[in-house]
Amino acid sequence: MAEEKVSRRDFLLYAMGGWAAVGLGGVLYAMYKTWEPLPEVKAAGVVKFDLSKVKPGQMKVVQWRGKPVFVLRLTPEMKKCSNRVIKGEYVVVLGICTHLGCIPNWEPDRQIFKCPCHGGEYDACGVNTFGPPPRPLDIPPFKIEGNTIVLGEAGPEYEKMMKG
Amino acid sequence: MEKKGGFMGWLDKRLAVDSLWKVMMSEYYLPKNINFLWSFGVLTMLVFVILVISGIFVLMYYKPDSHMAFDSVNKTIMMDVAYGWVFRHTHAVAASIMFLVLFVHMGRGIYYGSYKAPREVVWVTGFILFVLMAATAFTGYLLPWGQMSYWAAQTITTLFSKIPFIGPDLVIWIRGNYIVEDATLTRFFALHVTLLPALILVFTAVHLYAVRIVGSNNEDGIPMTKEEKKEKGIPFWPVFMSKEYFVMSVFLLFFFFLVFFNYNFAMDPINFQPADYLQTPPHIYPEWYFLAFYEVLRGFFFSEALGLIAFVLSMFIPLFLPWLDTSPYPYVSGKHRPMFKVIWWIFVADFVALTILGKLPPTGLFAWIGFVTSIIYFIFFIALPIIAAIEKKKVATGGGR
Repeated sequence: MAEEKVSRRDFLLYAMGGWAAVGLGGVLYAMYKTWEPLPEVKAAGVVKFDLSKVKPGQMKVVQWRGKPVFVLRLTPEMKKCSNRVIKGEYVVVLGICTHLGCIPNWEPDRQIFKCPCHGGEYDACGVNTFGPPPRPLDIPPFKIEGNTIVLGEAGPEYEKMMKG
Repeated sequence: MEKKGGFMGWLDKRLAVDSLWKVMMSEYYLPKNINFLWSFGVLTMLVFVILVISGIFVLMYYKPDSHMAFDSVNKTIMMDVAYGWVFRHTHAVAASIMFLVLFVHMGRGIYYGSYKAPREVVWVTGFILFVLMAATAFTGYLLPWGQMSYWAAQTITTLFSKIPFIGPDLVIWIRGNYIVEDATLTRFFALHVTLLPALILVFTAVHLYAVRIVGSNNEDGIPMTKEEKKEKGIPFWPVFMSKEYFVMSVFLLFFFFLVFFNYNFAMDPINFQPADYLQTPPHIYPEWYFLAFYEVLRGFFFSEALGLIAFVLSMFIPLFLPWLDTSPYPYVSGKHRPMFKVIWWIFVADFVALTILGKLPPTGLFAWIGFVTSIIYFIFFIALPIIAAIEKKKVATGGGR
């Protein structure tokens, strides 16, 4: 009899405890989800840009996730760097200096990106050629849809480029 | 127990306020061999009260919105609200001075071995309070939404992205955006004014309760029972507090001198430019109280991962002091530990050096000095168990005094 009473109590305890744990888990999950970026923020995290709008030799800045993305269309005589070029003529790089995060400027006459903070220089392909930057300008994840580039989604071209 | 009438008697029957008062105040005895450094604990409470009161008043006009925050601080509070500037300067200076008082309070605890058995819980709760204060200071620093606010938050949250596997997603979750933005500001605001101060209150209560159970340490680290302290010592109320009032008065003179005449150290000029996510200030540095830890992060300049590990370690290693250093009486207080004294003063000098280096550009010679000083910081914690082992041996062979 006594044993039975205890096991009944245990059962109630486990049932209650288990149910409470489920409730707690649900509450924590909901709390976790509230901190995720809002739908509008997520939507703005993927940016589409029509590459054909850029004329040869021209550089355009696209805003993506609060950062500038440089889209440069190379002219045939500009230095080619096949492993960093999209569709054979576009250089798409994150406009954040890899040294300390300043924003470099495009100098069309010298065909370089020059960082005003510490004098770092990158060539037209975004490869560091002078000064303190430790590595070339980063390439944002992208996907190609015809003439349009989708920033924020990694497509096969991007993965191939990252491997190469 | 004597019989009391009136309101207090009525209340005592219902809340036992008499017993509470005795345990917390009038029958909590302190030894006489303590010095003025023992007054810094109550000073942290004083500064916390100042922070809460000044905080409530700036809260009445502050707008936690990325479009309105900067102006609500720099225009509304500073220019439009009558005496608003007093509350803002008081809040900013108090945040800074809190860390000065905390460092002295913690330094006293380390030097006199106050973290040792049986005071581990006092040390651990105190350490948690330090971390909570740091979190409160960090979240609060973003709220004026100036350039330094913004880039400090951007830099520190970026550190989370270096955590393996989950890092990049974690940092977006913390910010609620791909960069520090409105969502970040508002959640930091919520934490700064609700959860963090509430946790500070809870841990302060446990901290004070714990110190009343195990009693205060003393300059010589002599273990004393409550009876011995009652016989030879002084009660917290009214004797200790009457001395404390004097210290408080001197402290408040110094504090309000800073608030009214020298508040600039707590108000970085770069922070009077509104936050701009496309423009990094050329030189970003934290407030002075985080510089030492920041320098440890930069000290390992040749490896980002190593710097990050060292940074986290440098902040959390003091938590383990009670278990790193377990030598018994007479080797409790640094006053009677020749070997400890040497590494302690090296540690203090090193902490000051790290703080100075933290604000200098991390190039050339400074980078190397930063590396060496970072290593010395850890040597203190590595040397403690060794020294404790030597001292334990001395005690076992009948050494000491």
